[in-house]
Amino acid sequence: MKLHELLTTLNATLLTPEADMDIEVHTACGSDMMSDVLAYVKDQAVLLTGLNNPQVVRTADMMDMHCVVFVRGKQPDEQILKLADMRGIAVLTTDLPMFTACGLLYDAGLRGGTHHE
Amino acid sequence: MNEDIKLSYTVPGDDFTRAGEASAHCKATLKKLGVDPAAIRRVAIALYEGEINLAIHAGGGNIDVTIGDDVCTMHLYDKGPGIPDIPLAMSEGYSTAPDEIRSLGFGAGMGLPNMKKYADTFEISSVVGEGTDIVMTVNI
Repeated sequence: MKLHELLTTLNATLLTPEADMDIEVHTACGSDMMSDVLAYVKDQAVLLTGLNNPQVVRTADMMDMHCVVFVRGKQPDEQILKLADMRGIAVLTTDLPMFTACGLLYDAGLRGGTHHE
Repeated sequence: MNEDIKLSYTVPGDDFTRAGEASAHCKATLKKLGVDPAAIRRVAIALYEGEINLAIHAGGGNIDVTIGDDVCTMHLYDKGPGIPDIPLAMSEGYSTAPDEIRSLGFGAGMGLPNMKKYADTFEISSVVGEGTDIVMTVNI
């Protein structure tokens, strides 16, 4: 699935217009706890979160992720968007709650991890 | 054999939003050097966890990174409160972080175990009231 398809699936708004939306992604994870993302996530390319602070983008950057989706209508501030822009990370926001957003993406073909070690 | 590259960072203790700047810079430096991406990610995650710890628990601290031909050495040190029980602090899920930190997405008790997991070597020493010293390496 390409990032622009993710945008339409979630009826989301793209907040980083410069981002490359033709990037192909196959995996995602959803968490408000960045500690857990750093501990358990492996090669997921998309991070869905309701947490709204710069550490979300930094965590995505450390994990080489391509896209951050803010759920529940969270609006990241300019500092967060600038950070994402500098790192080539696409930032989206959707009004959908976490469970629904994850479900729609799963239905559209994205997958997550199956277990943690 | 190339000369070692040395990077030094000061992590502020009063601005959580800046935690991660050192790790991001170190990551970018390794990328420029053409280091294997999987090794870069292990350095980045271990260092980022350490940086978050310095910001959350120690009131700030210092990081010295040495990039050699085949190993990246990270030295993190602070003059914070120290860790009374290191084995307990190293166990997954144990955290002394206040709710305020949890609300920022950290403090799940995964920081130190995660650093050890991603590094190839990990040594920690700490004196209560004086500070904590961590040296970890990742083969690159």
